Amino acid sequence: MFTYYLELALRSLRRSRGLTLLMVLAIGFGVAASMTTYSVFRAVSGDPIPWKSSKLFVPQIDMWGPKGRNDNGEPPDAMDYTDAMALQRAHRAKLQSAMYQVSPSVVPTGAGKHPINVSGHAVFSEFFPMVDAPFRYGGAWDAGADNQRAAVVVISRKLNEKLFGGANSVGRSVSIEGRDYRVVGVLGDWNPQPRFYDVVNTGGFNSSNEDVFLPFERAIEVGMPNDGNTNCSEIPAQSGFVGLQRSSCVWIAYMAQLDDAAAVSAYKEYLDGYARDQQQAGRFGWAPNNRLRSLPEWLDAQKVVPSDTRVSLLVALGLLVVCLVNTAGLLLAKFLRRSSEIGVRRALGAQRAAIYAQFLTEAGIIGLAGGLLGLLLTGVGVASVSWVLPKDIAALARLDVPLLLLTLLVATIATLLAGLYPTFRASRVQPAWQLKSN
Amino acid sequence: MQIKPVLTALRRHKAGTVLIVLQIALTLAIVCNALFIIHQRLQHLSAPTGVDEADLFVIYNQWAGEQKSKQEIDAQVRTDLDALRQLPGVLDAAPSNSYPLRGGGWDNFVGLTPDQVRPTSDAAVYLGDEHLLHALGVKLVAGRNFRADEIGTLGLREELHPSQVIVTRALADRLYPDGSALGKPLYSMSTTPSIIIGIVDRLQTQAVEDWQSAYAYQSMIWPMRLDWPSGVYYIVRARPGQLEAAMREAPKALFALDRQRIIDPSDGGSFAQIRARAYDSDRGMAILMGIISAVLLVITAAGIVGLTSFWVGQRRKQIGVRRALGARRRDILSYFLTENLLITCGGVLLGIVLALSMNLWLVLRLGAQPLSPVYLAGGVVLLLLLGQGAVLAPAMKASRVPPVEATRSV
Repeated sequence: MFTYYLELALRSLRRSRGLTLLMVLAIGFGVAASMTTYSVFRAVSGDPIPWKSSKLFVPQIDMWGPKGRNDNGEPPDAMDYTDAMALQRAHRAKLQSAMYQVSPSVVPTGAGKHPINVSGHAVFSEFFPMVDAPFRYGGAWDAGADNQRAAVVVISRKLNEKLFGGANSVGRSVSIEGRDYRVVGVLGDWNPQPRFYDVVNTGGFNSSNEDVFLPFERAIEVGMPNDGNTNCSEIPAQSGFVGLQRSSCVWIAYMAQLDDAAAVSAYKEYLDGYARDQQQAGRFGWAPNNRLRSLPEWLDAQKVVPSDTRVSLLVALGLLVVCLVNTAGLLLAKFLRRSSEIGVRRALGAQRAAIYAQFLTEAGIIGLAGGLLGLLLTGVGVASVSWVLPKDIAALARLDVPLLLLTLLVATIATLLAGLYPTFRASRVQPAWQLKSN
Repeated sequence: MQIKPVLTALRRHKAGTVLIVLQIALTLAIVCNALFIIHQRLQHLSAPTGVDEADLFVIYNQWAGEQKSKQEIDAQVRTDLDALRQLPGVLDAAPSNSYPLRGGGWDNFVGLTPDQVRPTSDAAVYLGDEHLLHALGVKLVAGRNFRADEIGTLGLREELHPSQVIVTRALADRLYPDGSALGKPLYSMSTTPSIIIGIVDRLQTQAVEDWQSAYAYQSMIWPMRLDWPSGVYYIVRARPGQLEAAMREAPKALFALDRQRIIDPSDGGSFAQIRARAYDSDRGMAILMGIISAVLLVITAAGIVGLTSFWVGQRRKQIGVRRALGARRRDILSYFLTENLLITCGGVLLGIVLALSMNLWLVLRLGAQPLSPVYLAGGVVLLLLLGQGAVLAPAMKASRVPPVEATRSV
């Protein structure tokens, strides 16, 4: 029976080519616009570390007091040196790391080579297991190296290519800001987007690579200045990078891994206790006003997903709805035009279900054809999205099998939905009426 | 033209009418909001910086190798600037910590008294020497430029406050609305005053995001050379028409002086590149909204053509009867035009409600701006014209139905 309906549908579609083409085009464009914007939205709103994002937390401490809070009473979104180091030393979480963004110069070995500028972070050793950074060679430095402020470095795979031609460079030395650092680890392909461990300084999405990771206290000791944001509620009393460390200016990101609810509440208590201690010591003249957000909550609070992508997705979905309403209207016209044909079929004994099957097959074919066109246009859309969107974000939009399947599925199901009412009307055609008049 | 028979006929095509009304309403809602977004983005990205953009380029010069002392860096910066100013294609050059549209940078609170709790405003801080105004090509409208002997140096995170500043007119008016800013003090997160010695016409801030729109043109210039170990921006103004040559020669000249530096091409560049980078999300959003609006209008127009053609086909016999009873061609034409006008009016009324609620949602959830009524009115006119335009071809076809059609039975 299905092949018969298929044949009927094709014959009917062929009869009014213009109308069919119009419907297929509408579905194709509607689906492609939605899927292209969805691919961008999916890329920017995705969880960068889905297997453990609920265990990663970002603490905030109110070291500025009421005058530094914004309208929502939020404490600063980064930490000053004093508090970051206090939290790090207290070591109350399973894994934790204070970190700050650096942008040192690296001089490749070999005569006549130009120095290059790289970006990276100064971190504690626990950073690597906390963020599950994959290593290609070697591994992280140990806690001892943290304490000794050892001149060691973890480099990216890309920098390893550039400096050592991709060979295992563990144990070799790299000249950073004119000092030698021993390579202890080379990372594998790792460029999480958004850069969840420090969204404040990286702005979330960043097409550039993170090339070096150095021990935090080592970087402090050699006076490697921070390259990210520095926010102050008052001018530091002393000049220089040391003055910054002694000030209440915030420039350090902090992340902790807390494995269960008990650990989270214990850590929260610790933070409040710490703030109360500071209050008693006279450093804070206000009650504790801390925050402890899980990574997904933190990304949300930091508005990492640009509102533009939400608006585009919304508008594109609106376009799809219009295309469907349009298709519904045209299908209605097309189906009712064949009232007499339906009348004859019904008079000859066809059930309502048979009429449903016939017309939904026709709608399904249009949906499928629209979906195929949509696939093509989505491919074009995703490929040219870099022309429209900032490159940091556009680079993340990808065409993959799930997206392609979703495109076909959305097109077909949406068209079937659009065809539902016209089919219902077609099935209600009274055979007697149609036979009578002519 | 009588409306009543049209309405009676429409009542017999309820579903089709409702669908087309809905489609027009949704189209109006989306197109109004999209056009409004386009307008805002275009307005945003065409905001003037106040600098001589056609001839300007910026070099981000980073120092490499072992950390140099502040004195060594300062000497190198001065040598570099002398070399740059000597290039044949270069009109002037100056050192700075940033440039307009850089995307972010140093901002300070400013107030009128040293112990002010709530600052009067926020302002962008640009450092520079006595060449900076000329290099940027900004116009001094009151007071004077810095003298060479007033230029200080600023090492890494040194807390220095200049005794003289040059401010933009926007900042001057914000601080002293009566226009008396020249010679008056401002306090920029410091207990020592900075005296306003000059006022420039216009100089945009470094970020273009929404959060800083409240002080978009409030900038101040401090008489200092930035001698940070990380690096410095050289603002270079080429002689008219020699931008490309100057951009080629400048890095060569710098590397000839000292190889221990990195010139980062992803920062700075010609001002056209800087502008494109600063506003790429605005431009992209405008293009995207434009594409979606165009597709939407085409589809809605095509939908109207399709549905009306069907109705014309369905009513050939009735049209024939009307023609046989003496209706003229233009009566038939105006019948379909009136029908479409009624449908579009219905769609537009519903669409206004939808457009406003969609905008309200955007305002509440995503901090957009309230829709300007001009765009709503524009959208309404656009859709009425679109409807009439789309219906014209099928209506013409209908008017050509011969009266003899009335006599045909099938």
